[in-house]
Amino acid sequence: MKAKTINLPLTKDDVLKLNVGDMVLINGHLITGRDKLHKFFVNEKPSKKQIPFNLEGTILYHCGPIIKKRPKGFETIAGGPTTSMRVEMYEQLIISEYGFRGIMGKGGMGRQTLNALKENGCVYLHTIGGAAVYLADRVKRVVDVWKLEEFGMAEAMWMFDVEDFPAIVTMDAHGRSLHEEIEKSSYTVLKRLIG
Amino acid sequence: MLNLRKAIVELYRKAATSLPSDVKSALIGACKREKNNSNARTALSIVVENIRIAKETQRPICQDTGVPVFFVKIPAGLSQLNLKNEIIRATKVATKKIPLRPNAVDILTEKNSGDNTGSGFPVIYFEEIKGSNLIIDLMLKGSGCENAGRLYRLPIAELKAERDLSGVRKCVIDTVHRAQGKGCPPYIIGVGIGASDDQVTKLAKEQLLRRLEDQNRYEILSELEKRLVKDINRLGIGPLGFGGRTTALGVKIGVNHRHPASYFVDVSVSCWADRRARLIWGIQNSKLKIQN
Repeated sequence: MKAKTINLPLTKDDVLKLNVGDMVLINGHLITGRDKLHKFFVNEKPSKKQIPFNLEGTILYHCGPIIKKRPKGFETIAGGPTTSMRVEMYEQLIISEYGFRGIMGKGGMGRQTLNALKENGCVYLHTIGGAAVYLADRVKRVVDVWKLEEFGMAEAMWMFDVEDFPAIVTMDAHGRSLHEEIEKSSYTVLKRLIG
Repeated sequence: MLNLRKAIVELYRKAATSLPSDVKSALIGACKREKNNSNARTALSIVVENIRIAKETQRPICQDTGVPVFFVKIPAGLSQLNLKNEIIRATKVATKKIPLRPNAVDILTEKNSGDNTGSGFPVIYFEEIKGSNLIIDLMLKGSGCENAGRLYRLPIAELKAERDLSGVRKCVIDTVHRAQGKGCPPYIIGVGIGASDDQVTKLAKEQLLRRLEDQNRYEILSELEKRLVKDINRLGIGPLGFGGRTTALGVKIGVNHRHPASYFVDVSVSCWADRRARLIWGIQNSKLKIQN
């Protein structure tokens, strides 16, 4: 499988060139965020000034990593994706307010997010669920962390510097979703199987 | 009991960092069956590589080291309370040492305990057995797949699922269809059938401890297990939900007697990272074995 290399931050044009089925290798700074962070963003609406990271053009990675504190800083022990669908009710607003060009996780997301991707020029990237050490080894450095004390290791916002981090585009900015397509085709089979 | 505590820490390490040989072989086989250059094949080759690196570097296969679920088979004379305390102490040590991700969150304060212990956490089931071996099975159940499980009360009109094994089959296919790729397929499915909801959920989880090659002792269930693997793979959801030939590696069904008015079916879903390990400790000869 031939992969496309993408460098963060992404522009809208970069995103529009990506299509469902493309495999990408990501380079640059991305940030993590999962259940608590999504709830916080939507309920508290922190201003961009309050957030210590520049989110413009970067990827929001649904990940609750295992991180170890070393004398020289943090080390990513394991860092695979978590199920994205749990933050479906929040993602639309986060995409439109905070400037992300990519949402990354596993399992895909729903109609609301798909519409937000199209309206804002953003893409959903599906990385490999469970491949936590393979993916941790593609984190060159933990750049910084926010909300560690408050949210804990798994729910904090980490900034990772990644190199050749693999993912597959499963929902693009053109309105296509591989997850919708597979759900539909598997439903036809389900009906046939259960009669 | 100090040695036992150390042994339980090693049991955690075994379960978190290495996959049972049957699951690993099944994943390698599934990878070869996917089409060349497909996303499904690429994904599974990364999965297989991840299993290798995790074992080599002794790091957890998946960052979600899950809810630890213990099935303890205890010979007469050993104290359950002492064993429970040892498991809790070992859990704290393992969380720091391996390390595991702290996953125990207080419902009321929303605080993470930081060491994977708390009210009802880890989950521990005890059962007294004959003989002089203490057997501890540990399953690290990731929550992506735990959330994909479902409990059914038959009959269910929408599925045309009646109170029979054909109805059970429909429930299992329905669960996997609803899960799609959200719980990290290829899945291993445990099914429990019986009289009460609390009993069948445990029974379904217990089925996930069976090795893939394990034959059901009831011929009719053995056939249903095989048929269900084929059915599920026809859905085409594929590895990680990218579409493809393998959505399930195995289905295991357990049955208890039911009440005339009840027919509970629980379907427990395991992700491909079906992390289980077993500790066997000879009480008399102090022989210790940890395997998966």
